[in-house]
Amino acid sequence: MAEVILDNVSKHFGKQTALAEVSMTIPDGAFVVLLGPTGAGKTTMLRMVSGLDKPDIGDVLIGDLDMKGLTPAQRNVAMVFQQYSLYPHLTVRENMEFPLKSPLLRTPKTEITRKVAEVAEILQISHKLDNKATALSGGEMQRVSIGRALVRNPAVYLMDEPLSSLDAKLRADLRVELKNIQANLGATFLYVTHDQIEAMTMATHVGVLDHGRLVQFGSPREIYEQPVSIYAASRLGQPRINILPADLFGQAPPNATHIGLRPEQIQQGEGQDTLVKRVEHLGDQTRLHLTFKTHDLITVTNAHTALRAGDIVKIQPDRPFYFDATGARIA
Amino acid sequence: MSFSITEPSPRQKWIAGTLVIAYALLTLIPLLWIIATGFKTPSDAIAYPPKVIFSPSLEGYVNLFTSRSRVTPEDLAALGPPTTWYDAIVRQYDMVITGPSRYGERFLNSVIIGFGSTFLSVFLGTIAAYAFSRFKVPLKDDLLFFILSTRMMPPIAVAIPIFLMYRQLGLSDTHLGMIFLYTAVNLSLSVWLLKGFIDEIPIEYEEAALIDGYTRFQAFYKIVLPQAATGIASTAIFCLIFAWNEYAFAALLTSGTAQTAPPFIPTIIGTGGKDWPAVAAGATLFLVPIMVFTILLRKHLLRGITFGAVRK
Repeated sequence: MAEVILDNVSKHFGKQTALAEVSMTIPDGAFVVLLGPTGAGKTTMLRMVSGLDKPDIGDVLIGDLDMKGLTPAQRNVAMVFQQYSLYPHLTVRENMEFPLKSPLLRTPKTEITRKVAEVAEILQISHKLDNKATALSGGEMQRVSIGRALVRNPAVYLMDEPLSSLDAKLRADLRVELKNIQANLGATFLYVTHDQIEAMTMATHVGVLDHGRLVQFGSPREIYEQPVSIYAASRLGQPRINILPADLFGQAPPNATHIGLRPEQIQQGEGQDTLVKRVEHLGDQTRLHLTFKTHDLITVTNAHTALRAGDIVKIQPDRPFYFDATGARIA
Repeated sequence: MSFSITEPSPRQKWIAGTLVIAYALLTLIPLLWIIATGFKTPSDAIAYPPKVIFSPSLEGYVNLFTSRSRVTPEDLAALGPPTTWYDAIVRQYDMVITGPSRYGERFLNSVIIGFGSTFLSVFLGTIAAYAFSRFKVPLKDDLLFFILSTRMMPPIAVAIPIFLMYRQLGLSDTHLGMIFLYTAVNLSLSVWLLKGFIDEIPIEYEEAALIDGYTRFQAFYKIVLPQAATGIASTAIFCLIFAWNEYAFAALLTSGTAQTAPPFIPTIIGTGGKDWPAVAAGATLFLVPIMVFTILLRKHLLRGITFGAVRK
């Protein structure tokens, strides 16, 4: 386990900027989640750390060692690819044994057997160990691919949307398992996801990437409660933050062009009248689609609300965010 | 009864089956005729109208594998009764066996040269194709076109320069010379075919292996090669078929030590009258290795068994 440092890393593919001057310190034992839409540079960042791609400028350090010129094997990293990339001519067991048998590790036979059995148990694939890798469902392949990383004890685990094609229950189980493994081993994780809950529940740190730039790096609560920009604020929160003209609810700070309201920043019962357009009962919560002075906004209310479409509720902002014309937060 | 749109109806299946069988028979008839001729007596082989039903004889095979000379009836009588069944066959024509024929040697030459050049073509082709597929090679497209362009004329068009070159280099009528020649001709096919196969193997497999602690060569050996087995097998079959059947260069560049079976088989006909059964027997046996090779590799020719473990 080790600390991972990216120092001023830039990477271009042709004219495309994949990463621009990214500096980030991943503390030893941290679980860092990278957020950003497709093309923001999340996968590129994993590839920089793994050594599959090399930075144009900048350095990657793992455990205080400069990784320049080192092959992926020499870096001792484990990676779960977005495409599962299981070796198709091998069985599930052989796939999971593969890294342990490498010239790098040369694990004793009994240790391999024990480790593979243990990880297969956690991932609920013990009964599939002797299947061909090609004879699995998508979710099973994804778990084998996670397993191939977990059998090792590398400097850092790199995971590119590892839970994306699992069903909801399995995803919830594995979320807990991965978090446990990280906590028990003190392992360092660099993890890419689009999933809101994964980011909020698993991360010790969240990095928000925008067109190859790291725009904010901090704890999930920090990103959620103190976003630096509209962009960063939009990465977390379900339903998404409502972005409205700054003066919609009355006076706004000077220079503010937008007001940002998360559901909990919309106080119901007081303030100005707004029309309920639609009510969505999700079970544990109810979403309200509101129309306020021709602007649409979405908020959350009591699970057992009696509100219906066409009703009128009063709302007012409660400690909202204000952003300037560039999208940067000013209050 | 109802049928799905994608599933052919029994009627369509029946028509398709008939067409396939008819085509198979059409292409197999010459082959069957050659095999049959090998088991005829010389007189049956040239009988008119052609005999479809005949009493089989091993004369063709005996003549193929032996050298014989004619003796006077008195000498023949002096030899006493024939000791073996093939002696008996030969003596019906007032002949005795004087030794083995050259067919065995020529056949062995074909095996050495055919399989040797196939191995070399596929080996060089695989590493070249891998490099073209995975690495940044300067002038890659031009090089690939250049490699392809070597196939744009019939190889025999350069027979004279090759003949002169081989004579200078001492490669005429040598196994090595023929192996090099067939490899040179097959290499462009081999590189292009294999590049196609290797391009289809997702690079993520190797990347995963690199991360899993293996060097690039180990990843190539442990991951790419098994994946490319299908392509390597089919490329090998194509290369072998060419090298095995090649006639023109073999006739031009070999005469003794390295002569392959194709230029040798026609010479059989002159050694003892119009010996069609012996020629047919030689041709029949000549077909066997390539049939066995193809059948052995048939499993690999069924594409698609290893695809599908990468989410596309």
